[in-house]
Amino acid sequence: MLGSGILKGLGVTAKNFAGSYHDPARMVTQEYPDTPVKLPEAYRNFPFLVTENATDPMGTLRCVACQICEKECPPQCIYIEKSKDKKPDATGKPQLYPAVFAIDTAVCMSCQLCVEVCPFDAIKMDQIFEVAATNRFAGLLLNREQLAKPNSYFHQLHPTDAAEVDGRLGAERKAAEEKARAAAAAKAAAPKPAAPAVTPAPKPAAGGPTP
Amino acid sequence: MSIMPPEPSPGLDLETAPLLVRDWIVHRFPDALQWFVHHLLSITVILTVFGLFFAFTTIAERKLLARLQNRLGPNRSGLPWFRSLKLWGLTQPFADAIKAITKEDVVPAAADKVLHFLAPVVIVAFSLLGFAVLPFGRHLIPVELDAAILYFFAAGTATELAIFMAGWGSRNKYSLLSAMRALAQLISYELPLILSVVPVILVTGTLSTRDIALAQGGWTWGVLPHWHVFTPWGFAGFLIFLVAALAESNRSPFDLPEAESELIAGHLTEYSGFKYALFFMAEYFGLTALSGLGVTLFLGGWQAPFAILEIIPSYLWFMGKLAGMIVFFIWIRGTLLRLRIDQLTRLSWKFLVPLALLNLGNAAFWALTPGWTGPLALARWAVSAAIVIVPFVLLGRRLTAGYAPRTYRYAA
Repeated sequence: MLGSGILKGLGVTAKNFAGSYHDPARMVTQEYPDTPVKLPEAYRNFPFLVTENATDPMGTLRCVACQICEKECPPQCIYIEKSKDKKPDATGKPQLYPAVFAIDTAVCMSCQLCVEVCPFDAIKMDQIFEVAATNRFAGLLLNREQLAKPNSYFHQLHPTDAAEVDGRLGAERKAAEEKARAAAAAKAAAPKPAAPAVTPAPKPAAGGPTP
Repeated sequence: MSIMPPEPSPGLDLETAPLLVRDWIVHRFPDALQWFVHHLLSITVILTVFGLFFAFTTIAERKLLARLQNRLGPNRSGLPWFRSLKLWGLTQPFADAIKAITKEDVVPAAADKVLHFLAPVVIVAFSLLGFAVLPFGRHLIPVELDAAILYFFAAGTATELAIFMAGWGSRNKYSLLSAMRALAQLISYELPLILSVVPVILVTGTLSTRDIALAQGGWTWGVLPHWHVFTPWGFAGFLIFLVAALAESNRSPFDLPEAESELIAGHLTEYSGFKYALFFMAEYFGLTALSGLGVTLFLGGWQAPFAILEIIPSYLWFMGKLAGMIVFFIWIRGTLLRLRIDQLTRLSWKFLVPLALLNLGNAAFWALTPGWTGPLALARWAVSAAIVIVPFVLLGRRLTAGYAPRTYRYAA
């Protein structure tokens, strides 16, 4: 009959009204400045640099200044200067590190391509959105001290992603360690037959991967 | 607030307190000025009470709409120097008023300056006139007119002139077209609105709002109040009145003149700042006045629903029923979707007007058969209810034939 739809609709809104007072699950409003906002795990805006150790962020950056992200970045907002010297990374291997690593967040378009191309899992997407600055040039240009954030922070933001990265890196490191151990064992097992050839032998081995 | 001698009543003190206060103030003045002070006081009280009522209707509307949609609504505005006091955002209307006053008032260069300025003034003035004849309580009626209903509708219809003034004076083709659309809607719904009121006049035999409210006193078997809404013709008339009142006051689902999600602002496109706020205010005053009339005509006016509850002063009953009507209108706004202009006019001319005309005959039948008592009373009720229900079902079927139930090809 005419009007039954109206009554049904009035019932729905009446239920909403009553429910809004006793059923918090219905309410969609987050009172943001009063209560911290709950972001979905996949939310991203600007990149940050992952460090292994929170106490020594500059010493344990995963970034090796390979500059792939700098070249890939569509709006060209990343600027990297390679270091002149090498520092040991998490596995103890000497690596270059970024002497300067800057991201202009005024230019960044949050495309995540830098994260996709990074072979070292050194750059990940952050969830900071309260980025207002009083100076639009220096204020929005983040340097590597501001960008560096510990791995534990990454775990907080994207737990699934971070667990996967940690598992992969751990396996790689273990494999590298085992390889090194095996190589050391092989070296220890067969030192006598090629005793004089020991010194030249590592050289081709070290130069091997280069070409 | 007429010069009626206060009769003794159960809630004597509270019931006559406003009159005593008024008389006390009036007697401070010389005799020659007393009539003037008397009416000035009535005007001041109406402006203050309904000004505040308007302010809190806006915040109540926003809060209720939010709750009807599982949101919180405005809850942040507090007081300027007491930041810790949030007051549930109840000071929001005052913040809105300050905002509206301090905004720039833009007048188009080509506009008819006089009409453009006059339109908001005229619309507020005419929408306030209706309050003069509403009986707010047993002894509280600002102006007692014999032809109060006639006066009410004459004053209320004049706001349509102001709407066209706004559209024409803006010198903007969109404003003008919207004003014409608004007029089409308002004139279409003027007819069912007045036709829904005529049965009440027919049965009570008076145009005076005071007498109509008085006629609804008393109870059947001490339980059922003699309010008109509790008769078949009164119920149908009340429903038609509700729909027509919604359309007359540009409320959702009939808010086509100023469909905020579709048009810029209809005939208000060229209005800004406080002039816009005046139109907004007039809309709410009109709604409040129409609700007040609906309460008076159908919901028993200031009469209490039960004899015991008469200890509560009559003006509180009136304001309570008025607030109930406003809340119902907000509930409707939170539920229904906006109609298209052709659906709107079709609903009026093909459905509400025929029903209202039949209802007039129904009221005539009711007025002719007050002597049917005993078992005949049941027959009276049955006949009257049939005159309401049968045409409603038949006309409803014809109205929705080909339109409902709607099938959705792409949406699930």
